Amino acid sequence: MQEFEAALPAGEASHASIEDSRDSPMKRLHHLLHGSPTIIPAFILLLSIVLFSFVVGRRFFAPFNLSLILQQVTIIGTVGIAQTLIVFTAGIDLSVGAIMVLASVVMGRLAVTHGLPVIVAFPAGLLIGLLAGGINGALITLFRMPPFIATLGTWSVYFALVLWYSDSETIRSTDIDQTAPFLQWTGHAVDIAGAQITYGSILMILLTLVAWYLLNWTAFGTHIKATGDDPSSARLAGIRTTRTLLGVYALSGLICSIAGWVLIGRTGAISPQSGYTSNLDSITAVVIGGTSLFGGRGSIWGTLLGALIVGVFRNGLALAGVDVLWQEFTVGLLIITAVAIDQWIRQASA
Amino acid sequence: MSPTLADTAPTTRIVPVMEARGVVKRFGRVTALDHADFELLPGEILAVIGDNGAGKSSLIKVLAGAMLPDEGEIRMGGERVVFRSPLEARDAGIETVFQNLAVSPALSIADNLFLGREIRRKDVFGRVFGCLDRAEMQRQARRQLSSLGLLTIQNINQAVETLSGGQRQGVAVARAAAFASRMIIMDEPTAALGVKESRRVLELIAEVKRKGIPIVLISHNMPHVFEVADRIHIMRLGRRATVIRPADYSMSDAVAIMTGAMAPPAMLAA
Repeated sequence: MQEFEAALPAGEASHASIEDSRDSPMKRLHHLLHGSPTIIPAFILLLSIVLFSFVVGRRFFAPFNLSLILQQVTIIGTVGIAQTLIVFTAGIDLSVGAIMVLASVVMGRLAVTHGLPVIVAFPAGLLIGLLAGGINGALITLFRMPPFIATLGTWSVYFALVLWYSDSETIRSTDIDQTAPFLQWTGHAVDIAGAQITYGSILMILLTLVAWYLLNWTAFGTHIKATGDDPSSARLAGIRTTRTLLGVYALSGLICSIAGWVLIGRTGAISPQSGYTSNLDSITAVVIGGTSLFGGRGSIWGTLLGALIVGVFRNGLALAGVDVLWQEFTVGLLIITAVAIDQWIRQASA
Repeated sequence: MSPTLADTAPTTRIVPVMEARGVVKRFGRVTALDHADFELLPGEILAVIGDNGAGKSSLIKVLAGAMLPDEGEIRMGGERVVFRSPLEARDAGIETVFQNLAVSPALSIADNLFLGREIRRKDVFGRVFGCLDRAEMQRQARRQLSSLGLLTIQNINQAVETLSGGQRQGVAVARAAAFASRMIIMDEPTAALGVKESRRVLELIAEVKRKGIPIVLISHNMPHVFEVADRIHIMRLGRRATVIRPADYSMSDAVAIMTGAMAPPAMLAA
């Protein structure tokens, strides 16, 4: 004890110990949302479904229409998984959509135009995605470029490669069907009481499950969060952050190439012009899903919910006869609200 | 103060836990370390003090593996060692509590304790799919925090960012204590803390010492240094000026030696 500490009340020396405290309801809500970021998007999704069921009625709340929404969000949902992993590292990937289309074009050209067996063409497409993601990761780690700039560049590069390799031509659905029907497999659906659930949607949910496991139940996942949260602390704690980031970007590229397969199933054909909006739409899904752009915290299921929220709003507003421009307006409001909520949640309560 | 091995007769030379001889580190034309020596004895708390620019940080970085010296050698338990990275030093049993703590605020207390050293399940899930053994990590984290008297209510899954500064320091110290097999280096552990929290962290340091792990304590806070240290290593102009025992000198003497106002007394026998 130093003399100046004699004035301390006895028993208060336990100040540094870890204990629960009684908090106000607001603070407890803050804690709850802090610990479970999926609650808000889940609540909003439920609310929006109930809202449109009342406003639009049975045309909205029909098994077929609900499954249609699921189909409509499958591409963004799948690319969103890749985007979420990257945003967890406090990064961003503007090239995810371009990687997706690149992979689908490679699969299609090799299998349909060049007549290679699909057992070669399909893995080649996956490999291209892995490579494209790896290049993003290398630019960001080895060349120390900000993720935003690096992937802004590769977005253009990959998109140009798509146009070059595809000769700016669409591969027709019937041609794919005749030579490599496997590429369209993700578009087939199972009928459950009128709901058409595609294999692509099921694949998206399985991939989300895998990514959830990876993030929450493996050392790699912990390292991803720690790297995004505070990279210098993570390094000092013994995490190889460069290796972690490279792994995340490469894995995300692989997931995007799987999304390319899903894209073929969704559209039937392979078009170099498709999926152009998915770069930014995936970020929308991630943000509305409650994953923080500052890294380290968020939820992979939130991204799926975020994609669904956007899908429900677009579908519901369209059925209600609302102009497309107001759909965009609403999505914009959703993004701003989500970021505002994230700002509030990130203020850690002591 | 409890007697340590440092108090035993000078005739029987004790093998230091860590020993550095003639360490030189230059940055261009600036010589940060000019043939500095260092010794940490078993079971002791050795404080390292010195004015700004005296070479404290450089010395600690060399010892913790964060910097390679240009000259000189480091021995642990009598054997020559070379650390090219903090990871190598860590593998040799040296844990460092950095000033910025190196904790990840968004992760839980348990996850932070095992950050970079996660435990996997022993079954197929763990071996094939790398599944973490959360239950085991939480159990060990709880035990570790309890043994240091840090756990009043068991909430090991709380995110570290919800903790106070002293509590975070507690987590960082607990992590070091859990994994250090040879020694712990603490860089300014009380610098950012209030009076009450500093008190708790000093108790924590004493607690770690009772477990038998020697500690190198870098601090600017003279009262704290004189309270907990067994010996005080004083840096001046890139080398070790001397080592004193806090009982033999006053705080102003230590400051005088540090600044060169007093000639450094003869070295303590190790």
